This record gives sequence, C-alpha cells and structure tokens, in this order.
Amino acid sequence: MIPLSYYLIVSAVLFAIGTAGVFLRRNLITILLSIEIMLSAVNLSFVAFGRYAGDLDGQIITFFVMTVAAAEAAVGLALVIALFRQRESLNPDAFTSLRW
Amino acid sequence: MPETFVFYAFSTVAVLASALVIGQRNPMYSVLLLIAALGALSGLYIQLDAPFVAVAQIIIYAGAIMVLFLFVVMLLNAPREDAAEWDRSHPLRQPGIGRFGALLATLLLVQLAWALMEVNAIDAPVGSRSDAGTVGSVAEMGRVLFTRHTFAFEATSVLILVAMVGAVVLARREDGEA
Repeated sequence: MIPLSYYLIVSAVLFAIGTAGVFLRRNLITILLSIEIMLSAVNLSFVAFGRYAGDLDGQIITFFVMTVAAAEAAVGLALVIALFRQRESLNPDAFTSLRW
Repeated sequence: MPETFVFYAFSTVAVLASALVIGQRNPMYSVLLLIAALGALSGLYIQLDAPFVAVAQIIIYAGAIMVLFLFVVMLLNAPREDAAEWDRSHPLRQPGIGRFGALLATLLLVQLAWALMEVNAIDAPVGSRSDAGTVGSVAEMGRVLFTRHTFAFEATSVLILVAMVGAVVLARREDGEA
C-alpha cells in the first residue's frame, strides 16, 4: 500500500498551488478556482487520514467540505457578477473604493 | 507495481493541471483544467477505498460547481486578465503584496514538506475502531452520517439555504438599474 505521507505530500503541494494562485492571480474567477483547489487538497488529506485511521469520519467530513465549497462558489460567483456589473472588470485592483 | 504507477499517474495529472489552472490568463481554460485536476483526485479517492467520495466528487465538483463557474465565465464574457507590467517578472521580484504572497506560499510549502518528512512511513491502516473493516461501504457510511453526524448534516442544509438566498439577493438586478 502507498504510504500515507505520499498522499499528504500531494495534498500539501496542491494546497500550496492554491495559495499561490490566490495571491498571484489578478482575476476574481481564477482566485475562486484557487480556493477550490485548496479545498480539494484538504479533502484528499481527510480521505487519506480516514483510510489509514480505519474509520469513516474522514469521508463524511469530505461531504461537508464539498457542501461548503458549493455554497462558497454560489455566493462568490454572485458577488463576482454584482461587482462586474459595477465596474466592468474582474481585476481585484478595480474594487478599491473602500481603501483609505 | 500497478498500484504505485496509478498513484503517480493520478497525482502527476492533479498537480500539473492545478499548476496550469493558476498559470492561465484565460479563465475558461482554468475552469476546464480544474475539472481535469478534480477527475485525477477522484482517481486517488478510488485508490483510497472511497468510491462514493470519488463519484460525489465527479458529480458535485466537476458536474455542478464547475458548470456554475463555466456559466459565469461565459455570462461575463470572460475578459482576459489584464497583465500589469510587473506581472511578467518573476513573482519574487514583484513589489509589495505579490512578493509577500509568493514568499508566504513558498514558506508554506517548505513548512509542509518539513512536517511531512517527520511523519514515519505509515503504509498500512492503523485503525482499531469498530468500523475499521467497513471503510468504503456506502451503507455503513449512510448509517454513520445519519446517526453520529446528524446535527452537522442538518446544519449543512441550513447553510445551503442561506447560501441560496444570499446568491439570489446578491446577483439580483435592482429596479431602475440598466
């Protein structure tokens, strides 16, 4: 069987990619996609831990994470649509009216 | 060892596709690549004896959530990302927040790698719980979900309701607005 740490390394790499995406991209949709990458990375480590701990809680919590991801995508995309209507742009730097 | 080969194949696809997701300027390609990454992840779930999670991942993530993303990308007519001048230089040489973010991500990767080096090679299940033998059984999973985790399950339905109402309110066009 593949050692647990292999799955955790894949999960860590995916999470780091997602984090880098949130900081480096200049597009609200790509930033939301990076958040989805991070959530999937966490899911992978949950399932791997659950498999090696020999219980089902790891898989169960994955469903809750997926639900949160769906809710986050729905609200986030609604915000993106509302913001795009205001500024005709997806660049986060266009939304700095509250900056002082 | 076919098992090892499958693991490396799926994880390579997942990592490469995810890296390309954040390397694209066109959000349309990003969304499609993320679907590929999620498919590869569900292959890993199958290898971890979690077939139901794998199928749910395909249906919910790749099916529902990514279609929602694609729909919004097409609805907004997805303007390509306007690159600032500093955007073409290396992330670590960018001013301010970009450099900070790149450093933070690198630091996180190093820290995670260091922590994982400390993990002893666990290559067999170590569980001693009563449900240790039934990992992967959908019937057992349903039983656990509706007994031990009933409250979280119900709270999730409230969460979805709130998110749905919030999305409708946020995306609604005000009267009088063009």
